[in-house]
Amino acid sequence: MIPLSWPLALSAALFVIGAVGVLVRRNALVIFMSVELMLNAGNLAFVSFARQMNSLDGQIFVFFVMTVAAAEVAVGLAIIVNLFRLRETVFVDEVNLLKG
Amino acid sequence: MSAMAALFQNPDLQYALWAFVKIFIILNGMLGIVSYLIYVERKVAGHMQARVGPNRVGPLGLLQPIADVGKLFLKEEFIPAEANKVIFHLAPIIAVVPALVTFSVIPFGPAPFFVTDVNVGLLVFLAMSSLGVYAITLGGWSSNNKYALLGGLRSSAQMVSYELAMGLSTIGVLLIANSLSLGAIVAQQSKFWHLGPLAIPSWNLFFQPVAFVVFMITALAETNRAPFDLPEAEAELVAGFHTEYSSMKFGLFFLGEFMNVISISCIAVTLFLGGWSGPGPASLGILWFMLKLFVLLFFFIWIRWTYPRLRYDQLMNLGWKVLLPIALANVLVTALLVFWGILP
Amino acid sequence: MIQALFVALSAIAVVSSLLVILHRNPVTSALFLVVSFCSLAGIYLLQHAEFLFAVQIIVYAGAIMVLFLFVIMYLNLKSDVETGVQIAVRRGIGWLVGAVLAAEGLWLMARHWAPGPTSLQPAADTDNTRAVGQLLYTRYLFPFEITSLILLAAMVGVIVMARGRGHASRGEER
Repeated sequence: MIPLSWPLALSAALFVIGAVGVLVRRNALVIFMSVELMLNAGNLAFVSFARQMNSLDGQIFVFFVMTVAAAEVAVGLAIIVNLFRLRETVFVDEVNLLKG
Repeated sequence: MSAMAALFQNPDLQYALWAFVKIFIILNGMLGIVSYLIYVERKVAGHMQARVGPNRVGPLGLLQPIADVGKLFLKEEFIPAEANKVIFHLAPIIAVVPALVTFSVIPFGPAPFFVTDVNVGLLVFLAMSSLGVYAITLGGWSSNNKYALLGGLRSSAQMVSYELAMGLSTIGVLLIANSLSLGAIVAQQSKFWHLGPLAIPSWNLFFQPVAFVVFMITALAETNRAPFDLPEAEAELVAGFHTEYSSMKFGLFFLGEFMNVISISCIAVTLFLGGWSGPGPASLGILWFMLKLFVLLFFFIWIRWTYPRLRYDQLMNLGWKVLLPIALANVLVTALLVFWGILP
Repeated sequence: MIQALFVALSAIAVVSSLLVILHRNPVTSALFLVVSFCSLAGIYLLQHAEFLFAVQIIVYAGAIMVLFLFVIMYLNLKSDVETGVQIAVRRGIGWLVGAVLAAEGLWLMARHWAPGPTSLQPAADTDNTRAVGQLLYTRYLFPFEITSLILLAAMVGVIVMARGRGHASRGEER
């Protein structure tokens, strides 16, 4: 038996790592990957609570999160590709034409 | 010493050791089959082209695979200068590992002839074929060569597109067998279907012919074989994604491709041709499995040396606009037939 | 045994996630993310979620990350160059916020707000996939249909965005 706090601690750790990734990196693709990491941390929390409460609702939610994440990745990557076509860069701090 | 004996009584450890022995046997068996599959391909190709294949090394050329392996080990291995070293070394490994993992869920025969029977066996196979895309993509990219990159990207797009049709074509089988476990699918096909005086084995080949055809075509595309082998086309892209690979790394890619062919054929036998079930006692099961497997492997080789290569846009057209709707329609029709009780 | 496996898999997950955000080359980051996803799939298997184990590998590791790699290779991205004082300052602030988040998490964990194992017995040995399917198509049918609409909207959006403007007639020439 795995105590509930272990997968929750792992989920928290992965979420923090993902959040740091979003804040620290400049490459839009790596930021996107960190967002996926945060989504997976949430999925892990869902699954471990589903196991704890002996209900499958948590696993159903993971199913929906995965589907929405897939759709979001497709749209986000299309946006990044278009951005690259226009600005020749994927670094988010170089896309600052509206600044000032 | 008694501590060791006590350790061996642990059921987990016993299970792990027994699984390890089975894995060892399957691994070595499959490696042997792969090397002789390459020999058989060259012989069959030769005869189809009105020539004799390799016949110098050993009687009838039977020692040719051993000579090939020896040559591959002794060749000089060079790595392109700007290549990403780690990924360059990693790509051939990723080519072989998912195909080998698939062998752990395939039931070669009744009781002790399989490693394990997980209750999501079919999904494990689909997962491993999804992971196989990385090998070619990374191999093409890490070579720092534009032909290799093009070959790698084309191949990954092709494999991802045909995975959909393959997954959908297996759903028909899933609906009839009512389970994802490969052992249960084989058990469902062991029964007989009585049509008057005739008793036909209830293979999914008869219940799902469209799905079988779609599965075989997508299997050809997934393994990058024959008419779908544009990513490694010799006349087009130098050698595609394995242009810069030499010696044993190329050997591993080659091995990985044939290992994929064998694992997909094993899955096709399990899903559509009744697995290890056949007339006679159940302990002959593994021989029936091998017989069906060799028939499908011959089919793969036959197709390669018969059909010309598809152009890339024709290939993608076929995958998305033809096979995917057919597979979807097959799922719909099968679901309706199962719901109305016409199919078992 | 299960606990040892869980600790091993979570160590792999944490280390590879750290390498995702620390490595300069985006392709290597993507590959470490694949490793992280596969170890998470293993953890799902330990939590008796077999269907999710397979779907995680098929969808996340096998499709989403392939898409990421495809885009990275298509855009021909080299290693990131991260020099300069401004960038370093922004990076420092990012790590600081991350440290604050981590401290919050540790504080919550230390106060034992997460319960331990319950006395609930695990459910009878029904097939996990079958049970998930039954739940998905009865109680969660409406979200399921909405999800298919989301996927359709995403597909249409991506195709429109990828084509760009003024290229509408190019597709009809074949």
